[in-house]
Amino acid sequence: MTEWETVVGLEVHCELATATKLFCACRNAFGDEPNTNICPVCLGLPGSLPVLNRGAVELAMRLGLALGCTVEPSLFHRKNYFYPDMPKDYQVSQYDQPINVDGVLELADGTRVGIERAHLEEDTGKSTHVGGGGRIHEADHSLVDYNRAGVPLVEVVSRPDLRSAEAARAYVNELRAVLVATGASDARMEEGSMRVDANISVRPVDFSTLGTRCEVKNLNSTRSLGRAIDYEARRQIALLEAGEQVTQQTRHWDEADGRTHPLRSKEEAYDYRYFPEPDLVPLVPGDAWRTSVAESLPPLPAPRRRRLAEATGSATAAVAVVVERGLDDLVLAALAAGGDAQRLVVHAEHDLAGGVGALTTDAFAALTRMEADGALTATQAKAVLAELVANGGDPAAVAAALGYEAMAGDALAVAVDDAIAANPDAWARYLAGDTKVSGFFVGQVMRATKGQADGRVVTALLGQRADAGG
Amino acid sequence: MAERITRDDVAHVAGLARLELTDEELERFTVQLAAVLDHAADVEALDTAGVAPTAHPLPLVNVLRDDVVRPGLDRDVVLAAAPSVEDDRFRVPPVLGEPS
Repeated sequence: MTEWETVVGLEVHCELATATKLFCACRNAFGDEPNTNICPVCLGLPGSLPVLNRGAVELAMRLGLALGCTVEPSLFHRKNYFYPDMPKDYQVSQYDQPINVDGVLELADGTRVGIERAHLEEDTGKSTHVGGGGRIHEADHSLVDYNRAGVPLVEVVSRPDLRSAEAARAYVNELRAVLVATGASDARMEEGSMRVDANISVRPVDFSTLGTRCEVKNLNSTRSLGRAIDYEARRQIALLEAGEQVTQQTRHWDEADGRTHPLRSKEEAYDYRYFPEPDLVPLVPGDAWRTSVAESLPPLPAPRRRRLAEATGSATAAVAVVVERGLDDLVLAALAAGGDAQRLVVHAEHDLAGGVGALTTDAFAALTRMEADGALTATQAKAVLAELVANGGDPAAVAAALGYEAMAGDALAVAVDDAIAANPDAWARYLAGDTKVSGFFVGQVMRATKGQADGRVVTALLGQRADAGG
Repeated sequence: MAERITRDDVAHVAGLARLELTDEELERFTVQLAAVLDHAADVEALDTAGVAPTAHPLPLVNVLRDDVVRPGLDRDVVLAAAPSVEDDRFRVPPVLGEPS
């Protein structure tokens, strides 16, 4: 039985967060009234001329440099096709000389995914298909809104370095984080400002050459992306195991039936007749511009994760969550203020999803210190933290106000002995090796102490009593 | 004249440009386009070793504008010029297949 490997490369279209469109001064905005941001250039009226938006170039360079790409001299081409979403009958894009080439995106688990290119192009208008239940092939007619026509996009093309649906989703999440960190795009898949197409193929695990791929479109969420990759890989493997071949084609993901359907084959692929756009001159960002853009980049997710992992020694997954929440600076500052590294990360990962509110760096540090010193249990620390987030204050004072005083070891030992004495049957089971009963005893002691006991200490005391012969 | 372009090539290009040509036009344009390509071949014959490729006839790069919004066209004026309108949008015949 052949063991198969899934190979995925992604093409992600990202709308840039500029004020205006790529080649005209119309507003770039989502959700405006239809056809209110239009002018002769984006309507393709005769005699109009495009002029490149400096802001879009700058954001494209920010993204490219953040992805470790080389910024190259670049050209614009016309990609010719007849479709009402582009009134000019061509889309201006970059073809054989894109602005950004040859980068890498490092995922949260350390996987490095090659970036082939990240080029500039203009978005198309938005078509709504009327009749036939909105299905394009059965539509009676279509309605077009040109507000989106000419909005600047960067298309980020990865190398076929991804090996699973999960990795593909992680790639999209990471790219989104970079887009947001650089300010290049708001990267909202649900608003279409980030759109993903997937090139998917399969091959026997010991093969080094790539199988025939299919390009899957209409992936409107990372969930759709993952489902489509799993479906498409299964479909291709079934074909190959039945002795058939995979046909290179473009396929459409149907979210409702959970399958991909053929749109067009390689033979039917569009012949776009690319040629250099004569109305635009070459784009050659000089060293000074590139350097100033590079220097203005904020700390990016991958180096931030490395910094946090080194400082706290925490696990990869926890570090990724804390950086994704933007809490790494707080954790590092609290660590420098004497906080306990592991507890800072645990709280940032689990207890601060709703934001830090009124929590200060010093209070956060002091709280984890109290916890590490045994003055607060994990459960109590959570409650104190919630109060610090809601209303601020000093953790020791908050803990006192909540009635949390560290139980003296003797009092706890008495409570444990009482619980054992009151439950002889359960204790017999514990001694017989039924470890599940220890949870019952911890619960009894917690009730007796109104939650002030430290569960780990109770468990340890139970063990001591057992070792002492019951 | 060498076979610079075939009748099938011309039919293919015409199809891409959504042009419907008669048989007589196909013949005529095949001859004419071959002549255009012959002219390009004259340029090809020049020795261009040592000449850097250019992407544009103008000796210019980086013609840019600032990212500042300026008013465009009034929707009512634009839609009044459209052949068909519905819900403030351009109404177009059904289309088959998606382009990109």
